[in-house]
Amino acid sequence: MANLQVFDQGQKMSAKKKLPYDKALLVSMHKQMCLFRRFEERVGLAYTKQKFSGFCHLHIGQEGLAVGVQGALRESDYMISGYRSHTQAIGKGISPSAVMAELFGKVDGCCRGKGGSMHMFSKEKRFLGGHGIVGGQCPIAAGVGFKIRYSNENDVCVCYLGDAASNQGQFFEAMNMAATWDLPVLFIIENNKYGMGTDIRRTTSVDHLWKRAQAFDMTHSDIDGMNVLAVYEHVSGIVEQMRRDKKPHLLEALTYRYRGHSVSDPGTYRSKEEVEDYQKNRDPIIQLERYLLEQKMASEEELKAWDKEAKEKCKEAEEFADASPNPPVEELWEHVLVD
Amino acid sequence: MPSLTMREALGQAMAEEMDRDNKVFLMGEEVGLYNGAYKVSKGLLDRFGPKRVWDAPISEGGFAGLGIGAAMVGLRPVVEFMTWNFGIQAFDQIFNHAAKMLYMSGGQFNIPIVFRGPNGAAHMLGAQHSHAYEPMLTNVPGVKVVSVATPYDAKGLLKSAIRDNNPVLFLESEMMYGFKGEVPEGEYVIPLGVGDIKREGSHVTLIAWNKILHKSLEAAEVLAKEGIEVEVLDPRTLLPLDEDLIFASVRKTHRLVIVEETWSFGSVGAQIADRVQKECFDELDAPISRVTNEFVPMPYNENQEHHVVPQVDRIVQAIREVLYI
Amino acid sequence: MAEIIEMPKLSDTMEEGGIASWLKKEGEFIEEGEAFVEIETDKATMEYNSPAEGYLLKILVPAGKTSPLNQPIAVLGEKGEKVDIAALTQKSGKPTSVPEAPSKAKAESAPEPKAKAPEPRAAASSPSPTERMRASPLAKKMAADKQLSLDQIEGSGPQGRVVQRDIENALREGEGQKPAPVEAKAPAAAPQKGDQDLPLSMMRKTIAKRLQSAKSEAPHFYLTRSVNMTRFNDWRTRLNLEAEERKLPKVSVNDLLVLAAARALVKHPEVNSSWQGDSIRRFAAVHVAIAVAIPDGLITPVISNANQLGARDIAAQSRELIEKAKKGQLKPEEYQGGTFSISNLGMMGIEHFTAIINPPQAAILAVGATIPTPWVGAEGVVLVQPRMTMTLSCDHRVVDGAVGASFLQTLAAYLEDPLLILS
Repeated sequence: MANLQVFDQGQKMSAKKKLPYDKALLVSMHKQMCLFRRFEERVGLAYTKQKFSGFCHLHIGQEGLAVGVQGALRESDYMISGYRSHTQAIGKGISPSAVMAELFGKVDGCCRGKGGSMHMFSKEKRFLGGHGIVGGQCPIAAGVGFKIRYSNENDVCVCYLGDAASNQGQFFEAMNMAATWDLPVLFIIENNKYGMGTDIRRTTSVDHLWKRAQAFDMTHSDIDGMNVLAVYEHVSGIVEQMRRDKKPHLLEALTYRYRGHSVSDPGTYRSKEEVEDYQKNRDPIIQLERYLLEQKMASEEELKAWDKEAKEKCKEAEEFADASPNPPVEELWEHVLVD
Repeated sequence: MPSLTMREALGQAMAEEMDRDNKVFLMGEEVGLYNGAYKVSKGLLDRFGPKRVWDAPISEGGFAGLGIGAAMVGLRPVVEFMTWNFGIQAFDQIFNHAAKMLYMSGGQFNIPIVFRGPNGAAHMLGAQHSHAYEPMLTNVPGVKVVSVATPYDAKGLLKSAIRDNNPVLFLESEMMYGFKGEVPEGEYVIPLGVGDIKREGSHVTLIAWNKILHKSLEAAEVLAKEGIEVEVLDPRTLLPLDEDLIFASVRKTHRLVIVEETWSFGSVGAQIADRVQKECFDELDAPISRVTNEFVPMPYNENQEHHVVPQVDRIVQAIREVLYI
Repeated sequence: MAEIIEMPKLSDTMEEGGIASWLKKEGEFIEEGEAFVEIETDKATMEYNSPAEGYLLKILVPAGKTSPLNQPIAVLGEKGEKVDIAALTQKSGKPTSVPEAPSKAKAESAPEPKAKAPEPRAAASSPSPTERMRASPLAKKMAADKQLSLDQIEGSGPQGRVVQRDIENALREGEGQKPAPVEAKAPAAAPQKGDQDLPLSMMRKTIAKRLQSAKSEAPHFYLTRSVNMTRFNDWRTRLNLEAEERKLPKVSVNDLLVLAAARALVKHPEVNSSWQGDSIRRFAAVHVAIAVAIPDGLITPVISNANQLGARDIAAQSRELIEKAKKGQLKPEEYQGGTFSISNLGMMGIEHFTAIINPPQAAILAVGATIPTPWVGAEGVVLVQPRMTMTLSCDHRVVDGAVGASFLQTLAAYLEDPLLILS
């Protein structure tokens, strides 16, 4: 336990392939990460202003992973996730306005106000939901992989889960089936070190969560989830392989959430220094900004402008959500069954 | 009309639907090479191949969830539980996911899936294999629940269940797989949500489903010798319930007995009794009577088991009570 | 806003009411609390004070007709208001549903005027309860359809519950009793020339029903004895001499009988009791009912707490009650709640008779005339005494022979020597 190192120290932001990245790609990644961060900040603020209620789990700090994975996928790929998935849903193509309106429980939300913070869905964008039962999404992801194989398609299904979900039986059952039947599912454990307020090391027998895959003879890997380029590059490779052989993969992404488990969590179970260390030294946005400046792909002014642009978009999303009406009461009877 | 066993009728239904629609596949423990724990899927692997018939690991939650995921993206799975007693391992998937997906996605993702398997007590299987689950299954919006008592109903209803665009929970019975009945040749379906009068009568309505229906018919036969005409009503679909048929029958007979092979607290029978007292209050000539399992886990001992489950004499007694004789 | 006025329940046993007369005409204004209609109950004709104010828009039940309880009899409303009677009457019977709140979005954009939920009619709308009558819902419905009275039918279900077959049997019996026209020789009921079939008044119906059930349900037995009224008459004479001087109302024989009987009842609470089906109720108070003949029937106004009253109080009260009774103006509380009854036909020369118990009481005293009678006294000497014969009818379920006799003994002693009342 003592020698467990969830993060390898001092990893530097660099491109392993040593290839110059397309500037447009990097800029879009930066913009997307800014959007995600500003969006979640705004959501947190709206929550404290009591614009909505319920649970609210923010993804701040984990943007590098979301953006890196998204960059490696194509539109027709599927994604399914847990309850911390506002920005993953945006990444998959649902508009920030529709996500914000959903958070506010409004009729223009992506689920017409019936889903809420933990349940974002888009059939059109192939985002198969945020799910509130920890680990429950894993067998469903296997089913999506099953369909891809059944119909002989070459899409993949990304299944996000948290570190603590990896102790759930359904995760093991899903991994077993995916490995046995070669179902193209990329299980990504977002290891942010804490399952709610419990250090993952206190509840888990293995020092690295990717080891779970070994029980199923499944290929596996880990990655610095705070490094958007590393994620992008690594996941691109996995997905490419997966499209060819349809075999599943378990990726452990080491990441960190700056905020509490939910808005109401003060985070007393971890030190202030630990949080600050991530915010100052490993922040995915700061890392990419440094790289862009080093590579002379962007100026300070441009970076600021892009950030401002992100803030603007989030403000618009909130205004949109504010203006959207509540769904009519009668609609509560709809969507129980279809004809 | 040819006579088929229940297992043959169910197998035919699946085969015909798999023929009709290649999005339909079967998954479950022992459904393939072994030809099914109760031989319901006999011959399907040979006929449709391993792409359509999948032997699942002993992971009910896992393969139920896999079915749900496949249904979200366009397939029409039939998931077999060797018994619904194992199916409760999958309750999280069935109720937290399948039943709620359409609703929480604001109408985007319906789940066309059938979960089927035997339900209730067989014979001397003890506490963990003898549970009838319809009270729990019918307590959640977003699913349909079917319970079959004859080969004819089984085939027609399973075909409708497979074509339905919602999760359908389909209850069979170990003891009835060998039960024979007439099944017409050729295509037919029975719509979900429509009950059936299995025996007409004018003195009392007796509601029962699944295998206890047959004990109820026996009880009706016993009383017929005394000139008492018992109307035996099989709802066939427990959710949604064919309330119109029930109300019409009670309005005719003015007396109602409900027989269930499960516990009485918060059950389908309790629900029917509630609806009838509300809608047919002025028609009732006696309090509604219910015959159910004793409120204990199922004992293993044969004699004790016999006393837990409703028997013909208990049903006859309940009918006499509502007739004041 | 038009409002339905329903037939009120103005007596405990009333099941329908007749409109004796309308005191207001259609179009006239009625204050809340103002008498606007006279209603003939089974007991009396009473003014009914309006539960609301408004113009009398429509009279639904004309004078001379009857209506079941809680059925509309009139409509009140604004002057000249048009009323949809059908809609109103339908609404009055049914429970009203709470209007659904509009969706929030709708509420924000266009607030709808708040629909005023009509207030549910409280007790008035509940059907008159048959006392502890057990019957299946179906039996109740059938009885209502066929206009059968459930309390005339013996239930064969558990705890006497009347069920479908009991109603069917009752209907069959009813039909069987109807003589078939062909085989009828000379049906007793067939009217002969000059016969008159009089319609039944509310009161006549009630008398018939109540006395029939009292006579058939309560096993009656009778105790008769006579008493020497010499001292009783002296007592009354002295009281009335004083009354003349002081211009007080006269005291009748009956008033003093009430007084004596009330005091005797205090000593014999077993007689001041009632059969309750599964228990016997022993009344704490003594309320003596006196039978009063009135046109088309009789009524029994009640002297409440008679055991606590003096002769003059009783005299004053009974005089007032009898006057009201004869005018049909008794209020329900003035003829309900008696615990014992006295029926006196002495003034009409009747020497002796028996009375039917007035349910739910357990006994009634029938009083004959006081007549000079030869009597063998204690010394074997024949004397002529003013003697009165009285007969106590007892409900044997409550009062046994010796208990009734003992009560009569006390009463006789009081009448023969009124000073003993103070003992």
